[in-house]
Amino acid sequence: MAAKKKSDSAKLPGDAELRRELLHSMLLQRRFEEKVGEAYALGKIGGFCHLYIGQEAVSTGVLSMLRPDDYVITTYRDHGQALARGMTPRAIMAELFGRIDGCSRGKGGSMHLFDRNLNFLGGHGIVGGHVPVAAGVGFAIKYRGGDQVIVCFMGESVVNTGAFHEALNMAALWKLPCIFIIENNKYGMGTAVERAAAIQDLSRRADSYDGMDGEHVDGQDVFAVRDAMERALEISRRESKPVLLEIRTYRYMGHSMSDAVSGTYRTKAELDEYLKRDPINLLKARMMDAGDLTDADVAQMEQEIKAVVQDSWDFADASPEPPLEALYEDVLVDTTS
Amino acid sequence: MPVITYREALNQALREEMARDDRVFLMGEEVGVYNGAYKVSKGLLEEFGEMRVVDTPITELGFAGVGVGAAMVGLRPIIEFMTWNFALLAIDQIVNAAAKMLYMSGGQYPMPMVFRGPNGAALQLSAQHSQAFESWLAHIPGLKVVTPGTPYDAKGLLKAAIRDDNPVIMLEGEMLYNNKGEVPEEEYIIPIGKAELKREGDHCSIITNGKMALVAMKAADQLAQEGIRVDVVDLRTVRPMDVEAIATSVRKTNRAVVLEEGWELAGIGAQVVDYVQRECFDHLDAPVVRVHQVDVPMPYAKALEKAAKPDLGKTIAAVKKVMYLE
Ligand SMILES: Cc1ncc(C[n+]2csc(CCOP(=O)(O)OP(=O)(O)O)c2C)c(N)n1
Ligand SMILES: [Mg+2]
Repeated sequence: MAAKKKSDSAKLPGDAELRRELLHSMLLQRRFEEKVGEAYALGKIGGFCHLYIGQEAVSTGVLSMLRPDDYVITTYRDHGQALARGMTPRAIMAELFGRIDGCSRGKGGSMHLFDRNLNFLGGHGIVGGHVPVAAGVGFAIKYRGGDQVIVCFMGESVVNTGAFHEALNMAALWKLPCIFIIENNKYGMGTAVERAAAIQDLSRRADSYDGMDGEHVDGQDVFAVRDAMERALEISRRESKPVLLEIRTYRYMGHSMSDAVSGTYRTKAELDEYLKRDPINLLKARMMDAGDLTDADVAQMEQEIKAVVQDSWDFADASPEPPLEALYEDVLVDTTS
Repeated sequence: MPVITYREALNQALREEMARDDRVFLMGEEVGVYNGAYKVSKGLLEEFGEMRVVDTPITELGFAGVGVGAAMVGLRPIIEFMTWNFALLAIDQIVNAAAKMLYMSGGQYPMPMVFRGPNGAALQLSAQHSQAFESWLAHIPGLKVVTPGTPYDAKGLLKAAIRDDNPVIMLEGEMLYNNKGEVPEEEYIIPIGKAELKREGDHCSIITNGKMALVAMKAADQLAQEGIRVDVVDLRTVRPMDVEAIATSVRKTNRAVVLEEGWELAGIGAQVVDYVQRECFDHLDAPVVRVHQVDVPMPYAKALEKAAKPDLGKTIAAVKKVMYLE
């Protein structure tokens, strides 16, 4: 029995320690966002707020492969990636509460999480707008002769924007170290991808640019995401070239807090089907199968995460609102070079 | 003092600042091999190489965004638009990205970059190629907007813009590149946000900016022959605006004409008039008069184009009107 477990475990990628970290990262995102949902319902959080629940294997799989000096840029659906990049639950929750200890000092909110120390270049609210910005970061890396990469997350709707084409064209033309990641969760708000894109294998968009590799990946399997990232990094970091990954996933919640989970543009039956491949359950099951993890381990991890998430809430709640003087701060800097 | 063209003044500023700081680079359509659509970047590719003088595809939204990304991580991009008409395709990057990044990141990401290119009408280029965008851009907090009218101002303001750690918009006059003027050999910088009194008089103020300052100076010279002494306040920067310079002049002359190249509604002049009524209400001897493009897209036919544009004759008439001389 013990021997069997050991050999199964050896089949899973990485070591047991790493696998636990991956599970922890995904579970933290899930529990954190469930708490965000609660806080939103209580009016502690306002404005637009987009949950990432269901997509955690993408953020964790991608970002666990990066170096600290690499860069990350993303959309308004940014809580999961911020956590997976190492931002503290406290800094994020305080930002969502609009408090001074938030990662953007309460000026950005849910859609605009930034952390300069983590090279986390923000959540951006204009669909497609941040993709050329990512190309610019790639340009700067090349300009300075560094070997970092920039990872740019985007929803699948972005492939229909002009900004997407303009950015990928320049990245391929100038051989910029950009890894463009399409998180294909099948919907842009209520519009299914088939109703919006005149191509269904989005990874094939890479074929429009000589020298750009593209592949599609199972986004519910954190190991598959990591494998794809390993190949992407090999190309992007070693050869200074852009790569396009279409990572297929699914969001389990509505588009934003005002959107019903199912009923209008997607059926309950479809949702249930995708829930069977919950990325966290998949990973847990494989680890348990392999003897990596027991129910008691999971319970302990849950317990610990619950405390961390509660602590982030308490911290955010106690953090002061930004003082009114802050209104006029950070419009411009008063320095020159 | 050497006399050089507006184009050469800009070229000197680019060359000097690129030599001074290797984080500065120039990017845009035709800036390299072609030497610039208006030859502003002549010789720079040869001197600084392909990584620092970058020819782009026709992809305004894309390369404006590249500038934003490069600025976020410490470079100092100068993004050239072939003309500002085409920058409309990039307005998302200017307004939603460059202008907002510092604020929405809670102060973490300054945007040390310049967006520049020719602005305003030239001759018979008609509707899509003859527009003055001052008021569009001046409306946006998080930007600075400069509009040099002379070679001297062009060089000093471009150097200031490149060194500024904020996103600076530079609206060059499409008709000004061949204009000549004195530019000293020694280095100088013109502070952003400071107007210049380009003519001095005590009968009436003309408050204007950029290319229109040249029209205002001509008007002042002509009116002087009739014994009318005009103050010409060239704002040079339209965001932030030098309210003090406006108020000082109008408190002295008690009469004001506001001259701009753009359209009337929500124009730069509307803002100037607001400052005047707030700061100088008790000093005014007459309602302020505005001169601007008439409220139509720019026509092609010569006579119609002339009728549409603000010009010397309209400016002189406005001064006389505000002085109750006609
Ligand atoms: C340019 C632009 N148009 C419209 C919107 C409104 N909007 C916000 S999110 C969204 C859907 C985007 O879907 P997708 O790219 O698939 O990302 P997802 O929300 O699924 O993560 C829309 C239409 C916007 N923010 N920006
Ligand atoms: Mg989507």
